[in-house]
Amino acid sequence: MVPLSWYMLLSMVIFSIGVFGFLARKNIIIIFMSIELMLNAVNINLVALSHYLQDIRGQILAFFVIAVAAAEAAIGLAIVIALFRNKATAHVDEVKEMRG
Amino acid sequence: MVQELLFAYFAFATVLFSLLVVTRKNPVHSVLWMLLLFFHIASLYLLLNAEFMAAIQVIVYAGGILVLFLFVVLLMNLREEVRISKFIGAAPTGFTFAVALLVVVMMSLRSFVAAPRGIFSIDLIKQVTHTKVLGLVLYTEYLYPFEVASLILLVAIVGAIVLAKRRLKG
Repeated sequence: MVPLSWYMLLSMVIFSIGVFGFLARKNIIIIFMSIELMLNAVNINLVALSHYLQDIRGQILAFFVIAVAAAEAAIGLAIVIALFRNKATAHVDEVKEMRG
Repeated sequence: MVQELLFAYFAFATVLFSLLVVTRKNPVHSVLWMLLLFFHIASLYLLLNAEFMAAIQVIVYAGGILVLFLFVVLLMNLREEVRISKFIGAAPTGFTFAVALLVVVMMSLRSFVAAPRGIFSIDLIKQVTHTKVLGLVLYTEYLYPFEVASLILLVAIVGAIVLAKRRLKG
């Protein structure tokens, strides 16, 4: 039997990699993929806790996370397309119209 | 023993693939590594006796979201993408922040106390089947959040069309 803490550790590592990608990459599509990575890390944690605590509600929560991730991907990619139309770039350091 | 070995392989592969996703220069490569990553995460769900979640992972993430990503990646100028640097100037700050977050959360893992066990034991799930158990809880106890989720998806559909459509002249 794999201990629960292994799954939690794995989830933390993947989440941190997602945070790194989100903060460090230039391409906005990779940034969105980093967000998906973080959501997947959370899902691993939820499903693992659901299995080890014998409570199905963690998986229901993961189910909702997947639904919200799908909505987020659709909206985010629409924003990327709108950005392309106005600036013709996918690099976050070239978009500085809203800098205060 | 077999379970530990399988977990070790899948954990190693998921960490490796997520590193590859955030460090590849060509976004198409990132998307393809992410496809492999999602299949490995689905296998992790199978190790956790959550076969419905594994199926959803493959169908929604690998089949839906990644195809969407691939379509948008193909709009980009990939030739310019491979030429320029892939990180922004503040990348070391981001790296430091990610490592600090990992260390802090790992330190807090030691004080984790498990909640009392619920009623959905492995035997019960095996008896009723996983999908049926999930449906029984989802459509009774979580009916209201389920409807809210459908509303969120509707808003996402309308919002994506409004954001991405060309503005009419005049």
